[in-house]
Amino acid sequence: MSRAEGGSRLLRSELSLVFGRRRNITLLVGLATVPLLLGIVLFVTQDSALAGQGPGFVGRVTGNGLFLVVSSLVMCLPFLLPLTIGIASGDAIAGEAQAGTLRYLLAVPVSRTRVLVVKAVAALAFAGAAVAAIALMALLSGAVLFGLDDVTLLSGSTVPLGEGVLRIAGVAVYVGLSLTGLVAVGLFFSTLTEVPVGAMAATVVVAIVSAVLDTLPQLAAIHPGLLTHHWLDFAEFLRLEVDWGVLGEGLAVQGAWVAIFASLAWSRFTTADVTS
Amino acid sequence: MTPPAVRSAGLTKRFRSGQVAVDGIELEVPRGSVYGFLGPNGSGKTTTIRMLLGLVRPTAGRAWLLEEPMPEGGGSVLPRVGVLVEGPAFHPYLTGRANLARLDAADATADPRTTRRRSDAALERVGLAAAAAKPFRQYSLGMKQRLGLAAALLRPRDLLVLDEPTNGLDPQGTREVRHLIRELADAGTTVLVSSHLLAEIDQVCSHIGIMSQGKLLVQDERLALTERGEPTLVVRTAVDHVGTATEVLTALGLGAPVVDGPEVTASLGSVAPETATAALVGAGVPVVGLEARRPSLEQLFVTLTGEGFDVAR
Repeated sequence: MSRAEGGSRLLRSELSLVFGRRRNITLLVGLATVPLLLGIVLFVTQDSALAGQGPGFVGRVTGNGLFLVVSSLVMCLPFLLPLTIGIASGDAIAGEAQAGTLRYLLAVPVSRTRVLVVKAVAALAFAGAAVAAIALMALLSGAVLFGLDDVTLLSGSTVPLGEGVLRIAGVAVYVGLSLTGLVAVGLFFSTLTEVPVGAMAATVVVAIVSAVLDTLPQLAAIHPGLLTHHWLDFAEFLRLEVDWGVLGEGLAVQGAWVAIFASLAWSRFTTADVTS
Repeated sequence: MTPPAVRSAGLTKRFRSGQVAVDGIELEVPRGSVYGFLGPNGSGKTTTIRMLLGLVRPTAGRAWLLEEPMPEGGGSVLPRVGVLVEGPAFHPYLTGRANLARLDAADATADPRTTRRRSDAALERVGLAAAAAKPFRQYSLGMKQRLGLAAALLRPRDLLVLDEPTNGLDPQGTREVRHLIRELADAGTTVLVSSHLLAEIDQVCSHIGIMSQGKLLVQDERLALTERGEPTLVVRTAVDHVGTATEVLTALGLGAPVVDGPEVTASLGSVAPETATAALVGAGVPVVGLEARRPSLEQLFVTLTGEGFDVAR
């Protein structure tokens, strides 16, 4: 059998390990309850004086359940999603190192590059699953609680439901891709330590520090390169004319973070002594 | 002569802290041998094994497994090498069998169609078949050790590198491991087995290497090693006859007699044990027991290092 088949076998094993782990399943379920809770809160309070108020797209949810997807993602982006990414990517290498299973994996043998690639793909898949869990649960609860309708864009014009769903899917995909830089950062931290919690915390801190720096006008010069700066640019999908240039820039910044931190992770991991 | 299964030249590891864990060792494990790699805790055995397997980069020197240079040749040679390094380590929430399947999935050269059969056979071989479906975290220390051995036996191997395989096992488990090693060796597998308990595995070894403080003190066939030390004679008699026994032995030319209760111990030198026996009986000493002893590996270690075996760094 070929190397490639062997590689996919390891990837399948890794994916079943990641998605079969109770902690990770709990995380996904927890994330999926966010849109449910948000939907219920908005449903219960929709007749009160607070209707139509609140941050971001929350005010639009009661009019069209489709906006529950956007609102839920906006709510999860600052902390819950970075936390999820931190746990998945920070655990990738450090978790195996702490358990001691890394040395056995390398002695099988699996080349260190392959271990890193498989771990990265699994962490990315988990990040994608996290965004999908929020988006799908939001779509479902939104449809049940508020019904789905033609989408009124930011400019005030309306597009039919079918196109609206596509645009909301675009939002979810953009959010997912916006997390790739953080996955790479977490993977790098994961190669530095045998303490997964340390790598996880450091990853979350990077996202938070980036968001804080993004609020300081004195640092405007570096804002466009910050990891989190373009995270909310998904709003482009809700304009009449989607500016792909803006979206492309956001993804290019993620690409740069991925390139830098994936290289750092690779150069660290392929030369480190495995003493755990 | 066939080239050795494991070889190292000037293999050295200096950690970033400056500590020299392994100091220029020249390991040579002949094909088909059972090589006992012995030394106290902290003497550098595990670091040596980690370098042999490519987990740790040597500061200096080189190593070969089955003639392939490490770590470059690891991809092609490690599938032929079964390992147990510094205790077993598995995913706690996976069953024993699922853990073996995970390792087998990682092996690009393994046939997935036979995974189940091979892992069941390995579990059977280490006496773990009944616990195959239990999660690893419910295993006792001895069961964990057995699963580690099963992983090493997942495929037919030309070389087994077993680091402290008897750790955590009761005397019965230790005997089983010794038996397993003997069986594998009889089938032609070379076994490099480390232990910090000199007496525990030395009976199954054909060759012995002794480490202390990062240096390989000696390395030889086991019989050649035990013949190095001075043989001693231990005579057991009645307490009121130890004086006479001591005089007889001294007169025969035995050196440095030591009296301990009803026992007299003296170094035998070139005197035959039967000569001493006849002399003792002739002098009217009631001989209750008499034994000519080769020095144990532990005594050899003390002689070589001038310190007790328990003294790690």
